Amino acid sequence: MTLHVLLIEDEPNIAEAMRFILSREGWRVSHLAQGTEVLERVRADRPDLLILDLMLPGMSGLEILAALRADPETRALPVMMLTARGRDRELAEQAGADRFISKPFSNAEIVAEVRALVGR
Amino acid sequence: MPLSTLTGTRLRERRLAAGLRQADVAEAAGISASYLNLIEHNRRKVSPELIDRLAGILGLDRAALAGDEDAALVEDLRAAASRATPTLAELDRAEELVSRFPGWAELLVALDRRVQMLERAVEALNDRMSHDPHLSQALHEVLSSLSSVRATAAILAETEDLDPQWASRFHRNLHHDSERLAAGAEALVAYLDAGSGIAEQGIASPQEEVEDWLNRRGWIFTDAELASGCRDDVAALASTAARSLAQRLLAEAAADARALPETAFAAALAVTGPDPLSLADRFGADPLTVMRRLALRSDVAAGLVICDGSGTLTFRKPASGFPLPRFGAACPLWPLYTALGRPGQPVEALVSIAGQGGRTFRTVAWGQMQHPQGLRGPELRAAAMLILPAEPGAGAALPVGSSCRVCAKAECPARREPSILGLAL
Repeated sequence: MTLHVLLIEDEPNIAEAMRFILSREGWRVSHLAQGTEVLERVRADRPDLLILDLMLPGMSGLEILAALRADPETRALPVMMLTARGRDRELAEQAGADRFISKPFSNAEIVAEVRALVGR
Repeated sequence: MPLSTLTGTRLRERRLAAGLRQADVAEAAGISASYLNLIEHNRRKVSPELIDRLAGILGLDRAALAGDEDAALVEDLRAAASRATPTLAELDRAEELVSRFPGWAELLVALDRRVQMLERAVEALNDRMSHDPHLSQALHEVLSSLSSVRATAAILAETEDLDPQWASRFHRNLHHDSERLAAGAEALVAYLDAGSGIAEQGIASPQEEVEDWLNRRGWIFTDAELASGCRDDVAALASTAARSLAQRLLAEAAADARALPETAFAAALAVTGPDPLSLADRFGADPLTVMRRLALRSDVAAGLVICDGSGTLTFRKPASGFPLPRFGAACPLWPLYTALGRPGQPVEALVSIAGQGGRTFRTVAWGQMQHPQGLRGPELRAAAMLILPAEPGAGAALPVGSSCRVCAKAECPARREPSILGLAL
């Protein structure tokens, strides 16, 4: 089965580049540009992995993560967080993120982290 | 009047500094040389009359010899020592240091203040780095565009079979993001270069700046000066926050002066004395206004503290010999706080500063509530305490301190934290 990655990123050009990189690996990528619909989409589409930007309009990445971790249905969903600052990393860790990628990241790093996280 | 135990030491230092012989000074003062010798070695108390004569002979201010002015310096030294943990200072010899090396003692206190100011400045800068929304926004912008540039450029460089349509799209993105990156970097540099002055960054606290200015002026303003707003004085203050504090203080004082004009107020004061309630009644003003008006007069010689509902001092005009804490909370025994908890009822009390030779002050305190936003707005409280010199032999006084850390009062039921003087004295 094709790996399904849900990407939440408000910067259109970063999102486009990441979609390209992940798609080339043969994965299916869907994208949302803001935080408000993420919970519904996760419940409806059941992605294998969530890549979540920390700073989002609508609902912050941390709030989304906390809501996911509080719901038994989505508690186990692997979440990779994109952070800009070291201090945010601690917050993301406390909120229950599985991996972190600091901006600016390298493309190879993203691919390697996704592989490591889903065990493929 | 009880005198500091070290008046003798001070007397000896000043006599030697003046190059006068013990015998000559004793003769001029009408006492025996051996008696003067005992005084100089702090083995005899000196009467106020003798102090006056000796001060006259040595050509000194009486207060300087009796050590009135030094009490504040001693207090400041102890406060400085309390901030050094563990303190190695000989706390019980602070008075001796002040009397023998007043210049060094002043320097020590000045350095301690400077250290505190710099500590605050470091904190302010630290806060600025971690919490400044502009800086954080600018950095986020730079990192975002940089992320995009890096990811896009890597795709263009590393994807061998890139579809031409995709390639041109990524080129466009790259161009757009590099422009954004340049603009973001420029904004960041401009922000960091903006270099607001040292004073702006909190090197001196705005309150201290304003208090220094008021102390230099002796806290005296004429009604004409108040009406004009003292613009030059205010403009000379270094930080925006200090200028705004000073403006607020002056605006309040000007309003007070309009409510209680000088001529009428001086005439009423001559009749009633510094009685805030009776004066308030005469002018239909509130007692807080009267107390502020009294504090800014040279003929009353009153200190004044005002606090808000949290007990934080928002106005502090010092009275000689009544130390006010420079930072943090004051002594909970101050009648100021009794009045704060009992708004609308005057509190009059004699107090003495614990451990300072029993110098007594008459305090008059008043607390009141305000509702600046009306019926459904918040209730604000304020209390004020006038610190007046006490009449001699006025009676028993309540021992109070300035703040717990530097208070010598033993077994105090209101003590918040141990005193650094507890062991040493």
